Amino acid sequence: MLTILRERLRQGHRTAKFPKVEPTLPERFRGLPRLSPTLSPQIRAAAVASCPFAALRSNGDKLQIDLGRCLFCADCPAAAEHGALTFSNDYRLAASQREHLLLEDEVHRLADRLGERMLKLFGRSLKLRQVSAGGCNACEADLNVLGTLAFDLGRFGIQFVASPRHADGIMVTGPVTDNMKSALLDTYAAIPEPKLVIASGACAIAGGPFAGSPEGNNGIGNLLPVDLYIPGCPPHPYTALDGLLRLLGRR
Amino acid sequence: MNRSKLIRFRHGACVPLAELPRLDFSVFRESLLEEVAGDARVASFFGYPTTAGLDIYAILARDWKGELALLHTQVSGNYPSLTPDCPQLHLFERELAEQYGVRPEGHPWLKPVRFHRAWLPVADIWGRDPGQHPVPGDMEFYRVEGEEVHEVAVGPVHAGVIEPGHFRFQCHGEEVMHLEISLGYQHRGIEQQLIGTPSLVTLRQLETVAGDTTIGHTTASCQMLESLSGHDALPRAHAIRAIGLELERLANHVGDIGALAGDVGFLPTSSFCGRLRGDYLNLMAELCGSRFGRGLVRPGGVQFDLDAALIERILKRLDVLEPETRGAFDICFDSPSVLARFEGTGRISIDDAENLGLVGVAAKACGLVRDARLHHPFGIDDEFLDMPIIETDGDVFARGNVRRRETYASIKLIRDTLKRLPAGGIFRPLAPLAPDSLAVSLCEGWRGEVVHAAITDRQGHISRYKIVDPSFHNWSGLAMALRGQQISDFPLCNKSFNLSYCGFDL
Repeated sequence: MLTILRERLRQGHRTAKFPKVEPTLPERFRGLPRLSPTLSPQIRAAAVASCPFAALRSNGDKLQIDLGRCLFCADCPAAAEHGALTFSNDYRLAASQREHLLLEDEVHRLADRLGERMLKLFGRSLKLRQVSAGGCNACEADLNVLGTLAFDLGRFGIQFVASPRHADGIMVTGPVTDNMKSALLDTYAAIPEPKLVIASGACAIAGGPFAGSPEGNNGIGNLLPVDLYIPGCPPHPYTALDGLLRLLGRR
Repeated sequence: MNRSKLIRFRHGACVPLAELPRLDFSVFRESLLEEVAGDARVASFFGYPTTAGLDIYAILARDWKGELALLHTQVSGNYPSLTPDCPQLHLFERELAEQYGVRPEGHPWLKPVRFHRAWLPVADIWGRDPGQHPVPGDMEFYRVEGEEVHEVAVGPVHAGVIEPGHFRFQCHGEEVMHLEISLGYQHRGIEQQLIGTPSLVTLRQLETVAGDTTIGHTTASCQMLESLSGHDALPRAHAIRAIGLELERLANHVGDIGALAGDVGFLPTSSFCGRLRGDYLNLMAELCGSRFGRGLVRPGGVQFDLDAALIERILKRLDVLEPETRGAFDICFDSPSVLARFEGTGRISIDDAENLGLVGVAAKACGLVRDARLHHPFGIDDEFLDMPIIETDGDVFARGNVRRRETYASIKLIRDTLKRLPAGGIFRPLAPLAPDSLAVSLCEGWRGEVVHAAITDRQGHISRYKIVDPSFHNWSGLAMALRGQQISDFPLCNKSFNLSYCGFDL
């Protein structure tokens, strides 16, 4: 018993001061892409063609990036070969609407707070049921991390629960494989109304590396009405936490 | 002895298909059984359709010789099953049946593996409608009948933030007589999508075969591609891959021991390890920007180098993390209440482990010396690991203790490698892949051996890609471990294996 207490003292208090204090992320962390404002049409076209995940496109005379499709590749050809973008250290990426993930310039509309009624219901207590629908377990692992003492999700009134019957919403990861589609829909149906849907990770948003898979659905698509999109492959735990707190009007 | 029928080769070799004798099925069978009865085990076993029939390749690992052996035959339609004489093939044969519609006659447990349509326009051997996508979990489950016998069905959606799978327990009271595990829910059709030439898309798919084993799978894949291109990576690249692999092992082993502690209600270790696991993941992010090692390993080398400052930072961080990790583990492994739950729970005998072909932590916990770092080294590994870590009891404690000891060994390996990092470059582009060839690579991921094999066509494009995640072998081990246990010990047994669903489902 004394050994356990001594170890407890040594391990100390490790819960991060987030959101009061911003986290320090590793230098090499690849967060919010910054698009180069001055690109010739040729380079823009080459950059668009170079992304095999179709995360880049030309919108008039501007380059547009889809954060829902971007996998934040270390060897992003548009960044390395064409200088069309650089990855910043900014972990805040989550948005409320699919089109808010389409970025053209510095303005990035982060997730909105829920409407008054939903906020009144869920603002101080949000219970989520997580469903992995073809995920590679990295999204799942970094959501699990939110429950550890470093993040301590519980202090924000948010909790992952065991049953959809206890849940206020569903958090989906994975490209929605054919084999998980009906289990996902059944789980959603089992959650009492009103309910939220959160798409976490590139797979759930648009299929990620498995976009176009013969066994997948390219993410949630129109299967469920999504209230929060959390980009990343996988999203950093702070990206997810930031999104959840914005949804609940806590940031 | 049929040794002459075998093609024997060392890790890293690329075998031209023309040099591979196609054996009569009876000779193939005899040679394979003889090898397995001796010192070999099945590392991979897969089909490759040709106009004449279905080619079958068996890759056997002869660990103590540091050798791999290849056997090749062809079947068409039905063939006599090898499983009754070689149980470790049972899933491989079911896989062949599901993918190519060939029936292994006399297979004792012929059920679908991943519930997808056949890869060829053939009749479904289970008589399912080929126009419809198969329904996952739709199969005959083994049932026990009798008074007070009951069945418990769990999943695919489980209580935690985990992947989906379906489990059926046949119970008598609390006692589990049989557990059957039916997977396939995460099936994304990866092997089919890897056909062609390696690209950024296929690399990102390889990184997400099992997202917690990104370095393990990409290292196996890149070693295999480098073998096919006859172009070894530079020594510094091998060293950085090795560091990534051990960081991945650290994060997962520490997380697993925390989860084991959590499942027996020993919360201090559970809490401490949850935080420590994150610290190891953050070290990985220091190295390559991603907590899961995304973007580090690429065919031809690695994408991120270490400078003196970063080496120093990682070493200093390990100086802090190691005593904290040891402290967190020790209070758990020294607590009688924890040991009472760990010891004797979910025991597997060494014979069962050998027959089922278990690998990695689960095999090492039964006393089997199976570690690709030791037997099939690649690059830096030649002088990397010289001491196998094994336990002999085959129970939850043994699996936990293998992780504990491997954690300490990994910290030492990272320190040693950082201190004698070879100078030079980290990347050189891959040469074109050899045409009409086969290559295999093994990599000791944190769960166990990851095996990637590929066959190229006349143009040097990949025409068959085969992945074996350690979970493919080891799920049968979990089912076996549950026999005679209380159903309430399932979560603990499950955590002690902590297998991958997506790595199995592909």
